[in-house]
Amino acid sequence: MQVDLRILRFDPQRDPAPHWERYTVEADPMDRVLTLLHVVKEEQDGSLTFRRSCGHGVCGSDAMLINNRNRLACKIRVDQLGTKITVAPLTGLPVVKDLVVDMEGFFAKYRSVLPFFVNDSPPPPRERIQSPAARARYDDTTKCILCAACTTACPSFWARPSYVGPAAIVNAHRFVFDDRDEAGEERLELLADGDGVWRCRTVFNCVDACPRGINITRAILEVSRAAVERSA
Amino acid sequence: MQIDHDALVVGAGGAGLFAALELAKSGVSTGVLTKLYPTRSHTGAAQGGVCAALGNVEEDHWEWHMFDTVKGGDYLVDQDAAEVLAREAVECIIDLEHMGLPFNRTPDGKIDQRRFGGHTRNFGEGPVRRACFAADRTGHMILQTLYQNCIKAGVRFYDEYHVVDLLFEGGDGGDGGRAAGVVGYRIADGELHTFRAKAVLLATGGNGRMFRITSNAHSLTGDGMALVYRHGIPLEDMEFYQFHPTGLYRLGILLSEAARGEGGTLLNRDGERFMSRYAPKLMELAPRDMVSRAIYLEIRDGRGAGPDGDYVYLDVHHLGRQVIEEKLPDITDFARVYLGVEPLKEPVPIVPTAHYAMGGIPTDLRARVVRDERNAVVDGLFAAGEAACVSVHGANRLGTNSLVDLLVFGRRAGREMAAYCRVAEMPAVAADAPAPVRAELDDLRGRPRGESPAVLRTELQATMMANVGVFRTGEMIATAVRDVASLKERYERVRVEDRGSVFNTDLLEARELGYLLDGAEAMAHSALARTESRGAHSREDFPERDDAHWLAHTLAYRGEPGPTLRYKPVTVTRFEPKPRTY
Repeated sequence: MQVDLRILRFDPQRDPAPHWERYTVEADPMDRVLTLLHVVKEEQDGSLTFRRSCGHGVCGSDAMLINNRNRLACKIRVDQLGTKITVAPLTGLPVVKDLVVDMEGFFAKYRSVLPFFVNDSPPPPRERIQSPAARARYDDTTKCILCAACTTACPSFWARPSYVGPAAIVNAHRFVFDDRDEAGEERLELLADGDGVWRCRTVFNCVDACPRGINITRAILEVSRAAVERSA
Repeated sequence: MQIDHDALVVGAGGAGLFAALELAKSGVSTGVLTKLYPTRSHTGAAQGGVCAALGNVEEDHWEWHMFDTVKGGDYLVDQDAAEVLAREAVECIIDLEHMGLPFNRTPDGKIDQRRFGGHTRNFGEGPVRRACFAADRTGHMILQTLYQNCIKAGVRFYDEYHVVDLLFEGGDGGDGGRAAGVVGYRIADGELHTFRAKAVLLATGGNGRMFRITSNAHSLTGDGMALVYRHGIPLEDMEFYQFHPTGLYRLGILLSEAARGEGGTLLNRDGERFMSRYAPKLMELAPRDMVSRAIYLEIRDGRGAGPDGDYVYLDVHHLGRQVIEEKLPDITDFARVYLGVEPLKEPVPIVPTAHYAMGGIPTDLRARVVRDERNAVVDGLFAAGEAACVSVHGANRLGTNSLVDLLVFGRRAGREMAAYCRVAEMPAVAADAPAPVRAELDDLRGRPRGESPAVLRTELQATMMANVGVFRTGEMIATAVRDVASLKERYERVRVEDRGSVFNTDLLEARELGYLLDGAEAMAHSALARTESRGAHSREDFPERDDAHWLAHTLAYRGEPGPTLRYKPVTVTRFEPKPRTY
């Protein structure tokens, strides 16, 4: 089948502004959008620029706006989209070139929530003990691959770019609800400020966008509830 | 611009991050360069588990793990290295748990363990539960945990810097010089930066992208291997390349061995569990080289499934919804998304997929790069993980041992580098150290006409898959040798379309193709010379293992027209080579 592929292109060294380019690509319904991007780059225009690495949805490199929804290009198939496909960079982050956005601000927010395990008591000679139930408590949020699909789909983030965003809260959740961790209080305090969890309007765009199937809105609500209980 | 650190780590997968963490903890100024973002590294794609003889669910001993590693590697393993691997695996796992890694747990809260191919109790009696795991995203959790701890320790990251050259002082790397740094290409703007350091670690991963069907990320182009090869340092045991038995049909995306560890079976078109004819004791949990060969033979003998009879099935439906959803969620998702197959109900079409380089940059037990058969050390240069060959995998790697390798030897590399940095002086680098590589990149970008790198890459992948795959003959490999030589010659005339300096992936992919060609050259020549079958190197014209002539590591040195091959002995300590049956 033939796919009519429209890609929002921008080369800062050549173009005054982003513009749409059209490509016709022969595709199989089971092909992924990443395959189509590779076909364009290899056969039609070598200057088409996008990030990709693992090609099967676990590294988080190729999140982009595909038919107006944030998707990993390597995980969304032509048969799920139809023969007219549009591809644009993620919304709300500065565009570097074509489908590549500047991720630095996104990672700065991630780093701001203490996204690491804290336990300063001397460790036992073997592993710390954790029950399967306690382990299950934060399982969902360990799946995050930091692709930024959730944060850049969030209207609260678009409206207020200083909002820490769903991805950072997901990564805080992963530690707040880990019973081996000791910095939960500190993280909740960070997230209780004006750019923290209260900015969530439960629009659920993040849940739709997450390629890992994380229930992000629930995670944000759980962190909000913990923050309320802490201050109560 | 010149940037100085005491230590540089190239590559931010498990080996690089563990080394960086050790360096940071020792107070050594460390920079990590990665051509991706650290969390995109391919360690994150590892699924099923990481073995360590914790003995949490049944009796186990590091000696058993060591034995399995040696036998699994068809006795080409250096046994002193396998001993280090098996012993230190245990501390590394405990270390990671203390850093917060969310392992699955036993009912009493200990780290849970499951079966994996080739891992046995009591020196081969039967499968043992040795693989620690976090669902089927163990590598993801290792990568995340190490990255998180690097952030905590304040490691300096240079994200999206492509390392394009190595710097040496007092002679080239293969010629007695010592490491002095690297040249990094900043992808954002195309600027070349000189990074000067006393110690450099190459943790750049494998080069599976030279094959048509592969589980490897697009970025796995063997950069570190090719860079040392270009500086006169040999590549070791490149003919040993692992084909994982269960890649998704046509795509090569990996379905973890954990599926078989949990009880998944392999079936041919007749629904027969064909492994009973190849490895009656371990069945589907035989080592990967044997299972991949069995699948090829089933297909070749007309028992493959599908309209073209060119795949077999991995069946997990009998494990039940709970096991599948709790322990194998990701690979179930892969089958659904990429093939439209529902593993809860039907078997999944699979074929062997190019997966892992057992060979690589030769190192000693201290992760120091060595440059000849007498193990002369290249001062200041270290390597770890898939890029390196220490050699713990010999002729065939066991499942999970890639993660064990990158943890044990990544950690060792960090500690050795820290000790080295305390005594070494800062080397001198030339004022315009990037000049040679700048000339190469300008030439590549400046050609008015020429062939597309993508066409050459496709041809390379086709010939390597067809001729240097699961089964090989002298004639097939000779074809690949000729094809690679001709592709290298054509590579001198490829043309890059993107002339810009901002995020020029067109240029970098062309550069990476050159690295793939170097790796393929070393692999094909090494394979042609080895007239025996051992582990993953399976020669139909020489079907037997030949310890009298070939119990030796290959060292391939770059040369014209092709590489020069030399050999070094295998270290045998506890286990005398024996025939390998399962």
